[in-house]
Amino acid sequence: MFEITSKQVDVDALRRGLMSADCGGYTAFEGWVRDHHKGRAVSGLHYEAYADLATAEGLRILAEAEDRFGPVRMACVHRIGDLEVGELAVWVGAAAPHRDEAFKACRYVIDELKQRLPIWKKEHYIEGESAWVDCERCRAAGHGKHHHDHDHAEDRPAARKAEGESA
Amino acid sequence: MTVKVNISYFAWLRERAGVETEQFETSARTPAQLWTELDARHDFNTERRHLKVAVNDAFSSWDASLADGDRIVFIPPVSGG
Repeated sequence: MFEITSKQVDVDALRRGLMSADCGGYTAFEGWVRDHHKGRAVSGLHYEAYADLATAEGLRILAEAEDRFGPVRMACVHRIGDLEVGELAVWVGAAAPHRDEAFKACRYVIDELKQRLPIWKKEHYIEGESAWVDCERCRAAGHGKHHHDHDHAEDRPAARKAEGESA
Repeated sequence: MTVKVNISYFAWLRERAGVETEQFETSARTPAQLWTELDARHDFNTERRHLKVAVNDAFSSWDASLADGDRIVFIPPVSGG
């Protein structure tokens, strides 16, 4: 089960949904909204998703985890919209006959989804500015603290020369 | 010969384009050619190699053939999780 949702995540219900008599190990990963990023105080996040493709890709990642580590029962939910500090942004749960497969499958899913799901986060800062995270032009320009609603024109010369790929 | 395609934008590409979606009649044969046309129109100020492209909600190669009615999405580097 994979879901993109703008509603609060019911973790207990998700956990119950994975319970099975043949599973002896369960683990979950929760990603929370943090109050800082690269030295700047963060007041909240906005997540935006290309939901059709993100859901298809999310299901693909879960199927890959099943192929590699199965049998394993898995579920994953990713929030979109505006989230406050401390809120749960992403949840991955895995239940398996033994703990090793549950840990590995859970780790695989969170690592892959961070790299592959078409979801973007925008950080809102205490000072009132905001910026998309991992804006590659900012990174290419070496602007470690460059995070505001900017006109990217200023980044162009450095970005044109940069060879970096996205993280 | 032209095709009419529907383009959806996300994150900073959406902000740059100033619209979430647009229909565009194009002589472009591929997503790569379409990107060049739209970049000239919107000045996305990035390079294609930083992006991926999806056609009809599936990842696609940049040299696939465009068809009338296709939904095209250019995908900036992702930051979910």
